[in-house]
Order: sequence, then C-alpha cells, then structure tokens
Amino acid sequence: MSGRHSDLTLIWLQIRYQNKIFWRTPVAAFFTIVFPLMFLLVFVTIFGNETVEELGITTAQFYAPALAVFGAVSATYTNLAINTSISRDEGILKRMRGTPVPPWIYLAGRVGSAVWIAFLAVVLMMAVGVVFYGVEIYAESLPAALATFVVGVACFAALGLLVAALAPSGDSAPAIANATLLPLAFISDIFLTPAEGRPAWISTLGDVFPLKHFAVAFSDAFNPIETAAADGWLDHFQWTRFGVMALWLVGGAVLAARFFSWEPRGGERRRTARQRAKAAQAT
Amino acid sequence: MAIEVTGLVKTYGDLRAVNGVDLSVAEGEVFALLGPNGAGKSTTVEILEGHRTPTAGTVRVLGMDPETGGRSYRERIGIVLQETAIEDALSVREAIAYYGALYPQRRRPEELIEIVGLEEKAAARIKTLSGGQRRRLELALGIVGDPEVIFMDEPTTGFDPSARRQAWTIIENLASLGKTILLTTHYMDEAQALSDRVAVIRAGEIVAEGSPETIGGRRDAETQISFMLAPGTAPPGLGELPRGDGGYVLASKDATRTLHELTTWALDRGVDLGMLTVARPSLEDIYLELTGEQSQ
Repeated sequence: MSGRHSDLTLIWLQIRYQNKIFWRTPVAAFFTIVFPLMFLLVFVTIFGNETVEELGITTAQFYAPALAVFGAVSATYTNLAINTSISRDEGILKRMRGTPVPPWIYLAGRVGSAVWIAFLAVVLMMAVGVVFYGVEIYAESLPAALATFVVGVACFAALGLLVAALAPSGDSAPAIANATLLPLAFISDIFLTPAEGRPAWISTLGDVFPLKHFAVAFSDAFNPIETAAADGWLDHFQWTRFGVMALWLVGGAVLAARFFSWEPRGGERRRTARQRAKAAQAT
Repeated sequence: MAIEVTGLVKTYGDLRAVNGVDLSVAEGEVFALLGPNGAGKSTTVEILEGHRTPTAGTVRVLGMDPETGGRSYRERIGIVLQETAIEDALSVREAIAYYGALYPQRRRPEELIEIVGLEEKAAARIKTLSGGQRRRLELALGIVGDPEVIFMDEPTTGFDPSARRQAWTIIENLASLGKTILLTTHYMDEAQALSDRVAVIRAGEIVAEGSPETIGGRRDAETQISFMLAPGTAPPGLGELPRGDGGYVLASKDATRTLHELTTWALDRGVDLGMLTVARPSLEDIYLELTGEQSQ
C-alpha cells in the first residue's frame, strides 16, 4: 500500500480513532454523557417541572439547554485537558511527534472528536428533555443555537488544550479542569437559575468568563419569551456573547500554542541529570 | 552514509549530555551505541529522531537535517521508543492500522503481526498485553511505515531470554532487507549478535569505536589461560601468576605457542592441568574497561 493520505483523510482517521478510544474509556463517557442527564433528573425531581415564576418557563426548559452546555464543555474543555495531558505523560504525544503526521492534524483530530462527542451530549440532553420533560424546540432559533454551540465548543476546546499545556502533569489536569469548571458553573446560569438571588458582583464575575455567555446564548434559543421577542432568525444571534467567547478562544489558542509541549515537562533534562547522579554515586 | 554526525553537542544548563560526538553509519549497517545510563545514548538518538535540537554540531540522516526535515523526513525513518505507551484501548491490529495510516508506505497489518509473532493477540486490547508483547508491538510500530533508517532505543530492555531471541531475529531480518539500524543497548551480547559496528559512549563522549570483534584493541588483547595444579606441584615457570586459590593465570599474546609449551610440560611430567580454560576478553570486559564501570 502506498501514497500519502490527504490531510482531510488523516483528520477523519484521527477523529475516528479518538472516538473509539473515548467510547472504550467508560469513566470519561460516563462523566460527559450520563452525568449531565443525572443532573437534569435530579433538578426536575427536586424543583418539580412547573413553570418557574421568575423565569416564566418550566424547570426542564431552563435546565435542559443549560446542562447541554455543561455536557458540551465537559466533552471539550475537561476531556481535552485531562486526556491530552495524560497522553503526554504516557509518551503518546511524543510517539505521535515521531511519526509523519503534522501536529496540527493530530490536534485537529482530538478536537474534532471532542466536538463530535459534545454534539452527541447536547442532542441527547435535548432529546431527553423533549421526550420526557416536555421541553420545546423552536425552529427559528435553532441556527442561533447551532452557531452558539460552534463558537462555544471552539472556545472551550482551546481552553482545554491550554490547561493541558499548562498542567504540570496528567495527575493535576483533572484537578485544574474541575476546580475551574464546577465553581464557574454555579455562577454561569447552569446549576442555579438567575431566579436565585445573588449579589451583583457574582453576576459581573460570571460575565467575565465565557461559560455564562455560552450557557445563556444557548439557553435563550430555547426560551419561548426570548424567542417571541426576536425579530427573524438572525436576531437570535447574541453577538456580544459570541465576542466574549471569541476573545477567550483566541487568547486560549495563542497561549496553548505558546506553551504546548509534546513531552512531560523537563523529562529529558531530568532523566539525564538523574542518571548521571546515580552513576556518579555508584562508582 | 545513511547517518552522519559531526561535533554534536547538547547541553542542559551546566550539564553536557552530549559532548562532541562524531558518528557515521553506512547504508544497510547495524550500528550499536553502547554506554551506561546517562552517558548520552538516548539524547544522541533523540536528536537524530528530530525530537531534540542540538546545541552545536551537524546532523544528517538520509541527507536531511532531522530538525528541519519535518514530515518527509519522518516518513523515511522508524522509531522504537524506550519507554513505551500505546493507546491502551485499541487492539493490536487497530494500533498498527492507526499508525500505519500516517505513512505513505504502509506495511500490511497482518504481515507485521506475523513478523513480530502477535497473531494470537491481534484482536486483543493493548492493555491486556504482557511487557514483552508490548515491546514486540512497539517493534511493529517502528517499522510500520517501511522505513529506510530505524532507531531503536534499548529495544530489548526488560525482555526475557526467549523474547530477546525473537526480537533479535526480527532485527536481523530487517538488517538483511538492507535497512540501516541504529540501536542503543547496554547488553553486550546484543551488540555482539546484531551489530556490524559499535561505539562506546561515556559521559557524552565516544571513547571507542569499531567492530564488536576489534573494538578497544580486543583483537590484539592478550589471551588468558588459566589452570589449577595439585597442591605441592611446582608451577611450569612460563610467566604464570598465582591466583591465590591454587590456580594460575597465564596471559599470552601468542596463545598457540604458550598453550603448546604448557601442555607439553604437563604431559612430560604427568601433571594434571585442572579446569584448564582459554579465554579471550569478552566485549563486556572491554566495555567495562572503557567505561570504568565495575562488573556487577
């Protein structure tokens, strides 16, 4: 067999194999796909699926899109951060670097796979909402929802790679990813509705980070009040929120590219120094 | 020359990991880089693989600079890494197909599985493989792109004796196909069995280079003849040195003559030469002498 595969074929192959690896890693699949669904079940059970007075929509109508965003962010940000830094620790990134595959194709494959899984997580969440909890979907605002998804996952994929680039090791990556995502989810209209009272500065703090913009822009596309107020499908696009996410996307991508390493930090230098010291001791 | 290295230096702060190495490996040659841990073997190989940037010196592999050769360079080399990690969730066959797809010249997965003897494990997940089976898969991944030059960093470290023999057979087969192979090892028998030429590296410098038979003046080194005499027997007086346990060692540059004199003396007197042995210095003896390491 001979002939170089095209870049597109290579990206496609990378995505396929990364997907295969993802589905064979039950822990990751559980936290990304099942975990957000459990939240939906818990919230609807606790609060009941009545119309929340302050919001004017049902509990599920609020939580399904919000938790869909949470799943999408888990699939991109958390998974890319954790899996990429573990692969680096294990030497898989170094192995890849020794093959002819261009680095950008390899990373595009990882990102592509994460985005695909994020898409599945979102579709599954919304489907469960529609089928079991009477969540409504509005055709007119679907393009805006899709656009928000694209901008959002791109942003969080870049940030996930940034965490992978900065994490000292694969052991610390999960801590960093979760310690940043979970608290942020509480102030980003994901775990708590805006109906819960909160100090103004918390609200402002949430506005600084991209998660709230992802969650609100996506949720608004499933909000009958917002939808009714909009004038045509293009009016659903929340450009300011896209702008904030785009800023984080560019910043994350630039810093990730600057600090990304294909080998564990200082591995070579440490190894040689350690071996020399040991050899010196032995003689 | 398939590999040409001149004045290679790699420093990490104060540490000179590689300190002025010159190497040349001809096409189709099997070249072994010997040396203790931390001597600079792996650093040298990793520079050749394009994983590291040299501090000084020039490196050419297949006429290309590994640092800038990029994709077209990596399409022509194969790497067998020292500490292996392969995507655990994939099966042996999937991993070979996955990595093979990255190269323009791909060897058929089934053919490779047969070469490394993993037929029974072809469908098994990599996480279920034993250490030796993983290393054999590693060998398969190193040659999946049908490379012209293969780098092997300690290819059989951690193998049991039979797995090592199998790996040697694979490497010999690759060599017979005309592949250029640069391997590092700290097993002398491996270097002896596989390589056309060896170089001994110590503290970042090459201290000897040659064929396994002649390196370090091995061919001209004295032969050691040792024997035991019954208590009370006077030694022959041929220049032998007492060993302390009733035995004697006789070092000779002309072993044929010395041995003849010794056995004639013994037969004439009806003396029994107990445990008579004739030994050439092994590659290991030479290596230990060159690297200043103690035998363990």
